[in-house]
Amino acid sequence: MTVAEMANALSVTVRCGGDAMSREIGGCYCGDLLSMVMGRAKADDIWLTVMGNMNSVAVATLADAACILLCEGVEMDAEGEAKALQQDVPVLQTELPVYETAAKIAALLK
Amino acid sequence: MSGIHLHYDVPGDDFTRAGEASGSVKKALRQLGIPAEVIRKVAIAMYEGEINMVIHAYGGTVDVEVTGEDITMVLKDTGPGIEDIDRAMTAGYSTAPDNVRSLGFGAGMGLPNMKKYTDEMTVESEVGVGTTVTMKVYITPKA
Repeated sequence: MTVAEMANALSVTVRCGGDAMSREIGGCYCGDLLSMVMGRAKADDIWLTVMGNMNSVAVATLADAACILLCEGVEMDAEGEAKALQQDVPVLQTELPVYETAAKIAALLK
Repeated sequence: MSGIHLHYDVPGDDFTRAGEASGSVKKALRQLGIPAEVIRKVAIAMYEGEINMVIHAYGGTVDVEVTGEDITMVLKDTGPGIEDIDRAMTAGYSTAPDNVRSLGFGAGMGLPNMKKYTDEMTVESEVGVGTTVTMKVYITPKA
């Protein structure tokens, strides 16, 4: 399932997304402590977090995550969005909490 | 042995630019055909180091040397130095200010992560003078 298909299936907002919207999602990781995410998220994961700033974009790039999905109604700040566009990291946003979103993703990735 | 040498300046107090050096190294290593798992280790260790320099040391420099056998990163700053290196290496110990924590850092995982993701690491520090962290990641595992 690609990032675009996932965004559609979850009915979440696409804050920004370029070519990488067609990337295949391989798994899912949830977490907000960036040092932990960097070490434990796998390449191609959809990453669920409430950290909407440029550091999350840098971490997504380094961990090679497929995209960032901001939960709990958190929005990516302007600097983060600029960096996400530059690095081609899709940023999705939802009002739903992390757990509910992850549960839906688990069903979709089965 | 001579290899490829890369140099970066990490500006202090500027989170927007932290990660530029590690991102750029990641790209360069990919072009050199270095295995993905090695690149990942280097990128994580270096980004943690960059963040440390931004948070604690008003920036610094990073020098990366790539040879056929390994990748060496030398992160040098002229910041306040580390009083107790053993304590700083303890997971969970942090002196980061609150504004850094709200950005998702400052959990006391920086130096432990750097050690975890590298094959060799040394920290030299003098209070009031600065800190130099040298890290090495092997490209091919040593027997």
